[in-house]
Amino acid sequence: MIVAKPKPFPFLTEQLRPYRKVAVVGCETCVAVCLAGGEREVRRLAQALELERRVRGGVELLTLPLTVKRQCEYEYLEPLRETLKGVEAAVSLGCGVGVQYLAAAFPELWVVPGLDTLMAGGPTALGVWEEYCRLCGECLLHLTGGICPLTRCAKGLLNGPCGGASEGRCEVNPEVPCAWILIYERLRRFGKEELLRHLTPPKNWQLAQGRGPRKLVREEVRG
Amino acid sequence: MKEFEPIIVAFCCHYCAYAAADLAGSLRLEYPPGIRIVEVPCSGRVEEELILKAFAEGADGVLVAGCLEGDCHFQKGNIRARKRVEHLRQLLKEIGLEPERLAMYHLSSAMGRRFAEIAWEMAEKVAGLGPSPLRRRTREG
Repeated sequence: MIVAKPKPFPFLTEQLRPYRKVAVVGCETCVAVCLAGGEREVRRLAQALELERRVRGGVELLTLPLTVKRQCEYEYLEPLRETLKGVEAAVSLGCGVGVQYLAAAFPELWVVPGLDTLMAGGPTALGVWEEYCRLCGECLLHLTGGICPLTRCAKGLLNGPCGGASEGRCEVNPEVPCAWILIYERLRRFGKEELLRHLTPPKNWQLAQGRGPRKLVREEVRG
Repeated sequence: MKEFEPIIVAFCCHYCAYAAADLAGSLRLEYPPGIRIVEVPCSGRVEEELILKAFAEGADGVLVAGCLEGDCHFQKGNIRARKRVEHLRQLLKEIGLEPERLAMYHLSSAMGRRFAEIAWEMAEKVAGLGPSPLRRRTREG
């Protein structure tokens, strides 16, 4: 999932200072699961923004708490059109994609991001999320036993280990297990240590970030 | 002039604080009249939004009362509630309210006297802070 975290509350109050009618738009997908932008967080933020305005004074703030199935698809945003009439600004509690879709779907609406979008990852404990994928565009997990060295090795080594690990821990950050040791152990369990002899050539980073925003077209499903 | 009597919403867990409040009553212990008790199935039920709503409706203070550590009927509800309250106190500060207006307490159903003490403690603390600015704006206290 996309993992995001809330922006500081004072940032949002400052951004919304000029507006009277503000929508707080959440997303029921990734950001809801990482407890940053789901229905609950939307209601909480809307309530807090109204309270702040009442305490500090100034024009009264009216908030509209709204949550959509997926903020990154226009068909889910379209039904908000009627509700958003007369709304001056919105805080999007979607990921960076959601914020941009919301802004594009409603050109008259000033959209403020309510979250900082961090990574593609997952929860490893209650309240803890870790990165698992760098979105490099060319998956190598078949060579590394399902453990991504680009993401989980601090040095992003394609051909590891570096030899710097101590007691299974990374020399860069001892909190993190050495990804290459994890890879070795997993390959050994499957009797596939030979894969470690496979030399991976330098990656084609154009697939990741070489030519501006990436675009995927699949003719077989294209409308 | 009548002395300011704070209104305090007390979210009380069914398994401890609510029963303790009941016991305080049976023991004929006096506690401040401004306490408004809301029974909840567990202090962990008290979401942040609920606490904010109490303030929005004009409460001068909010207290969340759950079981003693390790005694939660739902294992960790009281610990979750405490973390949530701690987190929310920071938000209250950013909203412009004194964080002392919100507090979490732990007690057992046998602690009727403690409940009365907590109620007085909270009422005195909030009385010292004066009426909530939200209350002043909604209806004159």
